[in-house]
Amino acid sequence: MLRRRVIPCLDVAGGRVVKGTRFVDLVDEGDPPILAERYASEGADELVFLDITAAPEGRSTLLEVVERTARRAFIPLTVGGGVRSVVDMRAVLRAGADKVSLNTAAVADPSLIRRCARRFGSQAVVVAIDARRRPAAAGTLPSWEVVVAGGRRPTGLDAVAWAERAVDLGAGELLVTSIDRDGTRSGYDTDLLRAITARVGVPVIASGGAAGPADFVAAVRDGGADAVLAASIFHRRLVSIAAVKAAMAAAGIPVRPVEG
Amino acid sequence: MTGRPLPNAATRPALRVAVVDYGAGNLVSIEQALVAVGGRPRRVRRPDELAGADVLVVPGVGAARPAMARLGRQGLVEPIRDWIAADRPFLGICLGLQLLFEGSDEDGAETLGVLAGRTVRLVDAPTLPHIGWNQVERTRPHPVFDGIADGADFYFVHSYAGAPTASSTGAILAWTTHGRPFVSAVAVGSLVGVQFHPERSGRDGLRFLANVLALARPGAGVARLERTA
Repeated sequence: MLRRRVIPCLDVAGGRVVKGTRFVDLVDEGDPPILAERYASEGADELVFLDITAAPEGRSTLLEVVERTARRAFIPLTVGGGVRSVVDMRAVLRAGADKVSLNTAAVADPSLIRRCARRFGSQAVVVAIDARRRPAAAGTLPSWEVVVAGGRRPTGLDAVAWAERAVDLGAGELLVTSIDRDGTRSGYDTDLLRAITARVGVPVIASGGAAGPADFVAAVRDGGADAVLAASIFHRRLVSIAAVKAAMAAAGIPVRPVEG
Repeated sequence: MTGRPLPNAATRPALRVAVVDYGAGNLVSIEQALVAVGGRPRRVRRPDELAGADVLVVPGVGAARPAMARLGRQGLVEPIRDWIAADRPFLGICLGLQLLFEGSDEDGAETLGVLAGRTVRLVDAPTLPHIGWNQVERTRPHPVFDGIADGADFYFVHSYAGAPTASSTGAILAWTTHGRPFVSAVAVGSLVGVQFHPERSGRDGLRFLANVLALARPGAGVARLERTA
């Protein structure tokens, strides 16, 4: 049976993991490949690197980090942030990433999804959707707007409609982040997840708001998510991957046993 | 994960692994995993580059027709068939397994025809592509799975899978279920094909690749026969 995946996300800038790390030895633990290897040995099913380097010159640093990581952690690696073209995507894949996540650039030019999927296959194309809940009158169904540029810029696009369009264009997976919940530790937005998983046939990765193991269970059970992603709670060791998987297994959700 | 030594990661001379480079996906991860288990991968784009190789690996993701077209342009179709016909060590991964069958329903392509059967879309799959870790259930013991628990999880990324017909069901080595069960590994003689990605399947994946290399060592076949005798 297909396992539901638990995915730590690492924000990377200038070749370092940049937020949510409170380790004793910052020099070593902030190095993405070392953290990646640690997560892999602790039972992570995949890894996501989000490059938040603003400056273009940071790209070569990112590619070097991806390359070093892919040599150490033999689990799938998705890289997002700043991929704007087929050429960008090729460079990231050549460095050893398995998938690329497209976000702002795909909203600006949806044909990018199709071009990347044609060139590298849908399985390598993850479309990341950052969604903000719209104010709704009592008694109406909730809806969400796609936001870009790290949640700063609204697009007017409906998140569910965009999800369907992205899949039609060739997205092999969706990474759905609730901007309302991101960083709040108030749980995933399971309404948002359910609205999207009910409408698309590709796997959906839940993101934004995880606080404890029960939230991961809810994202799968109530939101229909195929995978659950979190960043700071793993970096800060507030919750272990093993604890998340144990909670999921106890709730009857199939998970890959932590290698032991 | 590679910090601990793996079984079979030999200190003997590295086996030369020809990795077919035909533009069908990312070769970096398979090369890195082969290095981690003591192999010496080399990309092969032309038939003459196969000379001196101990093992032939055909990786790849994507559709069969463009893959076959590229193999054809590179003059590699017959050399790959000849390699398999000579029962030399061979590993097909994902698309590299699907190409062994006669044809693919994905785009109607005619493929290598080494195994009877066709590549078909996964039936009753709750999600497609089938992405993630899933259990590989063996039909019989085989040394490529030495040290790996039956039912262990491996990483999959695909929407199609090879479906052997009656004359090739003996090749089936393992099944995996996503919707209905599909064939996730085959083995005939020195040929091994897997629908999953051992290069992205953590420690068990590396162990699997180490086993494939160990079997390709000169004399390994004899040892295997003696052990099963």
